[in-house]
Amino acid sequence: MSDRKNTAQADLTLGEVLRKRGISRRSFLKFCAATASMMAMPPSMVPAIAAALEKARRPSVIWLSFQECTGCTESLTRSHSTTIESLIFDHISLDYHHTLQAAAGTHAEAARIASMEENFGKYLLIVDGSIPMGNPGYSTIAGVSNHDMLMETAKGAAAVIAVGTCAAYGGIPHADPNPTGAVSVGDLIKDKPIINVPGCPPIPVVITGVLTHFLTFGELPELDHIGRPMAFYGKSIHDRCYRRPFYDKGLFAETFDDEGAKKGWCLYKLGCKGPTTYNACATTKWNDGTSFPIEAGHPCLGCSEPDFWDGGGFYKALSMPTENITQNIIYAAAGAAAAGVAVGALNRAKKSKAQATHQKVKLEDLNK
Amino acid sequence: MSEIEFLDWVRGPGFQIAAVIFVAGVIIRILEILMLGRKKNLAEARGSEMLGGLRTIVTRSMHDKATFQRSAFTIVSGYIFHTGLLLSIFFFAPHILMFKEVFGLSWPSLPTPVIDALAVISIIALLTIIARRMSNKVMRFLNTPGDYLAWLLTITPLVTGYMAFHRIGLPAPTLLAIHILSVEILLVLFPFTKLMHAFTLFMARWYNGAISGYRGVAS
Repeated sequence: MSDRKNTAQADLTLGEVLRKRGISRRSFLKFCAATASMMAMPPSMVPAIAAALEKARRPSVIWLSFQECTGCTESLTRSHSTTIESLIFDHISLDYHHTLQAAAGTHAEAARIASMEENFGKYLLIVDGSIPMGNPGYSTIAGVSNHDMLMETAKGAAAVIAVGTCAAYGGIPHADPNPTGAVSVGDLIKDKPIINVPGCPPIPVVITGVLTHFLTFGELPELDHIGRPMAFYGKSIHDRCYRRPFYDKGLFAETFDDEGAKKGWCLYKLGCKGPTTYNACATTKWNDGTSFPIEAGHPCLGCSEPDFWDGGGFYKALSMPTENITQNIIYAAAGAAAAGVAVGALNRAKKSKAQATHQKVKLEDLNK
Repeated sequence: MSEIEFLDWVRGPGFQIAAVIFVAGVIIRILEILMLGRKKNLAEARGSEMLGGLRTIVTRSMHDKATFQRSAFTIVSGYIFHTGLLLSIFFFAPHILMFKEVFGLSWPSLPTPVIDALAVISIIALLTIIARRMSNKVMRFLNTPGDYLAWLLTITPLVTGYMAFHRIGLPAPTLLAIHILSVEILLVLFPFTKLMHAFTLFMARWYNGAISGYRGVAS
């Protein structure tokens, strides 16, 4: 990501870059068609996508990493370097990214400032990781707090993409008791279009798909009510799960190694959060379409949903209460038994008192 | 509050509150009734109170011919919805998981499509019941707001459960959360509405039979 390389390629359109890299027109169109179908667009959009991508100039991208584990970057770099997606990613101008950039120290920060100035109002800001609000010192970069760097960098951004559940919803740092006071990007930035690409980590092709949409249309894709692109997060894992027929029939694996598990039955009882999780894992899959966690025999953790860490345990079925109900029921029963006896005793006392004070009325009394 | 936070609340604190109110409410109300006591019967017993009571619990659960002819609709629809409701509550696999978590007990489940059908049948039966209650002049006169409330508390978990299973209309976490919440509302109001009949029914039937049993006559 050296500045020299950036400048050399900044003038080329994406089409030119791809041809230089030896990507044939045929495979380029195949990519456009795949992207269109993935994002549920009609086939008639394919030429439009191709034309737009051909002409697209490499947008400048600044990637900020806050309270995160670099898993999102790890995921992205595994978008299979031989595929055309990763080439496209190569050919945005990734001007600042801790893990991937060559520059370090003051040079790195200088690259960020330079890119912000040069592309003010046009660059894409990608953020992974949550922002600590408890104490600015919890997470700093070059002596600047995460909050200050985010606000400064977001000023000139055309749009902000929150990659990963931490950036999108606070994620693991935000989990109860949230010791750093972690918040999401959307909690802080209110005046820019924000797109959430949650997941722990998000699927590589989802990140590249969102970028492709932006390059093609110059705007962000249609989002759901919590800011996720509908194309990838429109359906739940459960609705697209190949084990769904077993759920419908009521055939469940009871443990990880019973007959049900071996037969590939539904993992609901083992705590699968697929029914309440919206993501593309069941269709797009991981490792170049190899499989996804449920296919590997493990229940979905629900990682693309807010607060997925606080759902009462990954192996607790969705229908189970998350707290210790039993203990409180015992206390409640004991307390209620005492209260019931007390109320009963009061009622009896009232009854005895009524009986004791009962006065018989004689006929003479009535004639008085 | 996000939909997942909503779901976490109903699965956590909400469930906790509802369970405590339900258990405490039911126990207090039953003790209150039992402790009212009865005057000592000074007559010599001519039969067993217990046997007479138990027999009546069974016999009153079966209709006699005359009663059936008089109110066939009430009996049939009543039985259908009670059976469907109880089976869907206690024999749906995810529900059994909940009972296992709370009480440590587990039992085999019915196939999901059977539960699905039972839920639909129960909903239809409950709808016909309310339609009749509202259209029949005498019944309408006898109805109290408490009756409508009890009906609403019963049908809501069935409808929301059906919607949550088939994922109709709203995001899945919201549907599930609404279903659990509707059950929690049911649990909270249960001890203070006519729904208490689930417990008092057997006490009342036993007592009716016990009186006859003591006297040595058929109830």
